[in-house]
Amino acid sequence: MWRIGLKMLMGDRAKYFTLVGGVSMVVFLFVQQGSVFCGLIGRTAKPVEAIGAPIWVVDRNLQVVDEFKGLLDTDLLRVRSVEGVKWAVPLFIRQAQVRLPSGKFQAVRLVGIDSATLVGRPPRLLEGRIEDLNAPDAVIVGRAEMERLGSPKIGDTFEINDRRARVVGIADVPRDFLSNPYLYTTFERAVQYVPRERKLMNYILAAPKEGYPIEQVLENIRRTTGLAAYDEDGMRWLTMNYYMRNTGIPVNIGISVTLVFLVGMAIIGQTFYAFALQNEKYFGALKAMGASSWKLVGMIVLQSVIVGLIGYGIGAGGGALVGYLGGRGAGKLAFYTPYQLLIIAFVATMLICVLSSLLSIQRVLRLEPAIVFRG
Amino acid sequence: MAKATAIAPADKHQPVTTAPAVFLRQVNKSFGVGNTYLPVLKDINLEIRRGELLLLVGPSGCGKTTLLSVMAGILDADDGIVDVFGTRVDRLSQAQKTRFRQQTIGFIFQQFNLIPTLTATENVAVPLIINGYPYREALERARHYLDLVGLGNRLDHFPTQLSGGQQQRVAIARALVAEPRLVVCDEPTAALDGTTGQMVMEMFRKVALSSERAIVVVTHDNRIFPYGDRIAEMLDGRIVSVHDNPNHIR
Repeated sequence: MWRIGLKMLMGDRAKYFTLVGGVSMVVFLFVQQGSVFCGLIGRTAKPVEAIGAPIWVVDRNLQVVDEFKGLLDTDLLRVRSVEGVKWAVPLFIRQAQVRLPSGKFQAVRLVGIDSATLVGRPPRLLEGRIEDLNAPDAVIVGRAEMERLGSPKIGDTFEINDRRARVVGIADVPRDFLSNPYLYTTFERAVQYVPRERKLMNYILAAPKEGYPIEQVLENIRRTTGLAAYDEDGMRWLTMNYYMRNTGIPVNIGISVTLVFLVGMAIIGQTFYAFALQNEKYFGALKAMGASSWKLVGMIVLQSVIVGLIGYGIGAGGGALVGYLGGRGAGKLAFYTPYQLLIIAFVATMLICVLSSLLSIQRVLRLEPAIVFRG
Repeated sequence: MAKATAIAPADKHQPVTTAPAVFLRQVNKSFGVGNTYLPVLKDINLEIRRGELLLLVGPSGCGKTTLLSVMAGILDADDGIVDVFGTRVDRLSQAQKTRFRQQTIGFIFQQFNLIPTLTATENVAVPLIINGYPYREALERARHYLDLVGLGNRLDHFPTQLSGGQQQRVAIARALVAEPRLVVCDEPTAALDGTTGQMVMEMFRKVALSSERAIVVVTHDNRIFPYGDRIAEMLDGRIVSVHDNPNHIR
């Protein structure tokens, strides 16, 4: 019977392509919107990944990595003295203004790392050497958004807060939510690039000693210093949760996704129903010939599952392709498709297809085989 | 009667069953609309013999199709006995009726009801597939039946690629492929022109009739009356006469 079901489905090319096209479009939009959401929210935490440290110690009231709540120099010493802490170094992150040779200004994310250990350095250097960061006026530029600084090369210079900065390296740094270029330099130099403040250090990066569970060390730091301490994942989620709570991103994309779901269900449901109506007399004939209602229900479910699977494949593939094309190279599309999103999209697709076919199923269950004798 | 010649030589040592193929006694059927019940079949008594083609005729709305549906186990009679080849259809559950239709009844419809996305072979194979036959085997047998109705050269044609007469021949092959003992036909020639209708009936009689099968044809088309062994006339829900066909083509 399943062969008959499939032939009934695929033989009517127009309806079949409408159904598969409808499901593909729904999945495409679902995956695309969901991936944009994940991409945008994920970008809010990119500074955490761009710096990378096992433990982040911050002010207790810090809500997001983009806030600048200063710490005391003594806090660094106190963290170093906590049981289980292997090392702790200061970190400085601020927004700064770069004056370009053209005279224009460009906001950058300035990262000042510990000059002795270079902890917090960029994840991967594309050009130059990390050791050169200790040279006078040295900065390393993140490749993402680098064109906004005039795509500088090694040796190029510009001004930050009336001080000279010289590019000694290009780093592979992920694009973040604010989409400002990254400039890495040493802690000591970074504090000179921004207007003077009372508290300069705003993060302490640390690592646990071998044999100490990170959770235990985090708890020790919290208890001993009164500061907040997170592992890298915790710091990422602190930031992402902040943006999810305090921006319209989830609501806006949530509305889009809900609309996609509802419109998709309406279109697919209507097409399935039209398909069932059109085939009613054939279903009636099959019933008269001895096909049980449940066999016909099985046929309809199979048809909807097949449409769902093919539509899912095309839609998810299309969504991922758009993300790939839009996000690669200099592409600025915030796009991240976690496997969980694909699972949710799959379940949602199957749900849409099965719910949509319920109308047809109900019609087939109520169908009198005597319908076949109506001329 | 011609049916005597239809007994296959291999059957000659088998005991002869004289029980009617279809036995209806005091069958009533009404349809309810709100609190009103409209009687459609009234005290129907009818016997259809094995090996005969019975024409069921009468004006529109007299209950012919309802009677056909009751015989085929598609509609339930309100009361009375409905016995088809020894099976008390009126006592079967819905699931048993479904199984009964699979195994015992072949259908030919006025509008053919061939599934447009299936080829002629696949359409004919449908009853076998419903019966649980392996797909390839069902197709093989379907091809044989299409050969029998003279469509061996149209096996892979879709219904839209066939003429009305050819489509009805496909429908006949489909009705016979599972070798049902009772074939019910509702206005089988209504959608065909006169000549084609007669050709189809001629072929149908030749292919379908056998000593162990009965055929009931509901029709308005008096051009096919000669193809019936007997004619049952209905009027206002009752069978008013059953008589041998004086113009029968033998």
